Amino acid sequence: MEEQAKAGGAQDTAPEAGSAPSGDEDEARFGVDAYVEFDDVSKSYDGVEQIVRNLHLTVREGEFLTLLGPSGSGKTTCLMMLAGFEVPTGGAIRINGQAVDAVPPRRRNIGMVFQNYALFPHMTVGANLAFPLEVRGLDKDAVAERIARALQLVRLEGFEDRRPGQLSGGQQQRVAIARALVFEPRLVLMDEPLGALDRRLREEMQFEIRRIQRTLGVTVVYVTHDQQEAMAMSDRVAVFNGGRIEQVAPPEVLYEEPERPFVASFIGDNNLLRGKVAAVDGDTCDVTVGDLTVNAFMVQEHAVGDDVVLAVRPERTGLAAEAGMYTNEFEVQVRDMAFLGDHLRVLTDVGGQTFVVKIPNIVGHGGVLAGERVRIGWATLDCRALRPAEDAAA
Amino acid sequence: MLSKAVRPGVGHYLHVAFCVAVLFFLIAPILVVVPLSFNAEPYFTFTEGMLRFDADAYSLRWYEQVATSDAWLRALANSFLIGGCATALATGLGTLAALGLANPAMPARPLVMGLLISPMVTPVIISAAGMFFFYSSLGLAQTHFGLILAHAALGTPFVVITVTATLTGFDTNLTRAAANLGAGPWRSFRRVQLPLIAPGVISGALFAFATSFDEVVTVLFMGGLEQRTIPREMWAGIREQISPAILAVATLLIAFAVSLMLVVEWLRRRGAVERGNG
Repeated sequence: MEEQAKAGGAQDTAPEAGSAPSGDEDEARFGVDAYVEFDDVSKSYDGVEQIVRNLHLTVREGEFLTLLGPSGSGKTTCLMMLAGFEVPTGGAIRINGQAVDAVPPRRRNIGMVFQNYALFPHMTVGANLAFPLEVRGLDKDAVAERIARALQLVRLEGFEDRRPGQLSGGQQQRVAIARALVFEPRLVLMDEPLGALDRRLREEMQFEIRRIQRTLGVTVVYVTHDQQEAMAMSDRVAVFNGGRIEQVAPPEVLYEEPERPFVASFIGDNNLLRGKVAAVDGDTCDVTVGDLTVNAFMVQEHAVGDDVVLAVRPERTGLAAEAGMYTNEFEVQVRDMAFLGDHLRVLTDVGGQTFVVKIPNIVGHGGVLAGERVRIGWATLDCRALRPAEDAAA
Repeated sequence: MLSKAVRPGVGHYLHVAFCVAVLFFLIAPILVVVPLSFNAEPYFTFTEGMLRFDADAYSLRWYEQVATSDAWLRALANSFLIGGCATALATGLGTLAALGLANPAMPARPLVMGLLISPMVTPVIISAAGMFFFYSSLGLAQTHFGLILAHAALGTPFVVITVTATLTGFDTNLTRAAANLGAGPWRSFRRVQLPLIAPGVISGALFAFATSFDEVVTVLFMGGLEQRTIPREMWAGIREQISPAILAVATLLIAFAVSLMLVVEWLRRRGAVERGNG
């Protein structure tokens, strides 16, 4: 519910995010109820260090949800708990409304693509795909038919008799996906499945996985540490940090409207400026950053005197050719600059804190030289005042 | 490539000569048995005729004697019965032990591992003496069953070690995948784990069999007349009736041992290829 409210709110405040699905389409494509539910789930291996802390997360039916975060943030542990290979130390996981704590992995009927594919090396592709079907007692004809259909889906027709060792990485990947789907589970988990592939193949497989997921309408929970992969594939992304979820939202919303400093810096680039609220006016506020005052959009409620973190994207800032172009304009000294072809990266200080400005390389941008004083600026809506992370020190 | 570019010096030739000498020293006493077993005369030395490669100086009479002797045939049957049963026992228990020891949740792993492989490092005479007193009090001395148990205990460490070695390269995600696909523990073991660790299981079994097959000390302690194995019969043959029939048996054993080693090597390569492909 909370997520939906956020997603709905996104439409009002971010009209520029034109590609974001509207709330109504969202409701039509996915079931309204939670298909997978993490209810206050915690996991600790030694009873001291919490790998996952009081986690709440819902996945709707037919949704492609990605758990994104740096390594050690708890995302893989969550996936393993969902698959049944790890047992939560607190809370409950429900699938389709049923608590699954007491259900062993083999009875969960969840498809899974492992990081290293985990294909059985001594069996042919056909035998690998037949394995889950034989376990389920399907007869020979049904098995053959399902295998043919699954291989067709991943575009590997005629590979039944090959061994995994005779296939390329990308083909093994497809076999792993086919094996996870061949017994027609409603939920499929993928644990960094593209990590071992080179960049071009990875991008191709991103589209493939998305196509297959849309074709079958299965629910997918996908784990990755690659934010671009998460953005490219997901209906929604849950950003993990230190065993907690920082924000769950569609990719566009995560990028345009980060609610936490971690999300702001993890998804794309962001300048983060620490400051104190000096004045509040509706949903904007004035924030003191060093000796400057910056006008910012308040993401959470703040009172005068609160510490906040301002997030400003480098590409949403610019040179102010004439005064009054932006609601925030400051004269700063260029510390350094780099020419990167399609844009210039200008390194400056704002209120004593490092600040990067990205200037697109279009005709007439004007040369910027190191040591020069320039006037830069950005709009209030592009400057988000966020509550600082509580455990910033941790 | 380097050897082509750099001319080998005197040290190199000395090194090669030393290695050849070592190999000769190791293999000659074994190989000399082979031609002697075809001796037409009841001697343990080469006759003049043999050195002249005179066909009459060679014969298969000692092989014939072995093949028609009740004592040797009984020894052969005993060796295979005891060796076979002990191997089956050692392989089953050793594999299970290795699987358990590979589980990260297993407590006191080094201690249990040490106990299991202790028969390998304990002098056999000590195990044999200990087993003799222990088995005697249970009424198992001078029985086939007692010897099978004793040899199984001696063979198990080999299985534990070879299976443990193959398990270290085993991807635990494969058993997870099997469970995820719906397989129970038994099916997962039979269809996924066992085929992949089979080279280790089989080579362990061969080592266990070889251990039992050439074991003489515990048989001396524990075996009666009815439990005489081939090595025990050879021991008796050397002490009681000096006959080149022993050499014929020895030659057969060498051939058997070489084929066992070839099988182990073949399995090792097959395993390597399978893993390389996986």
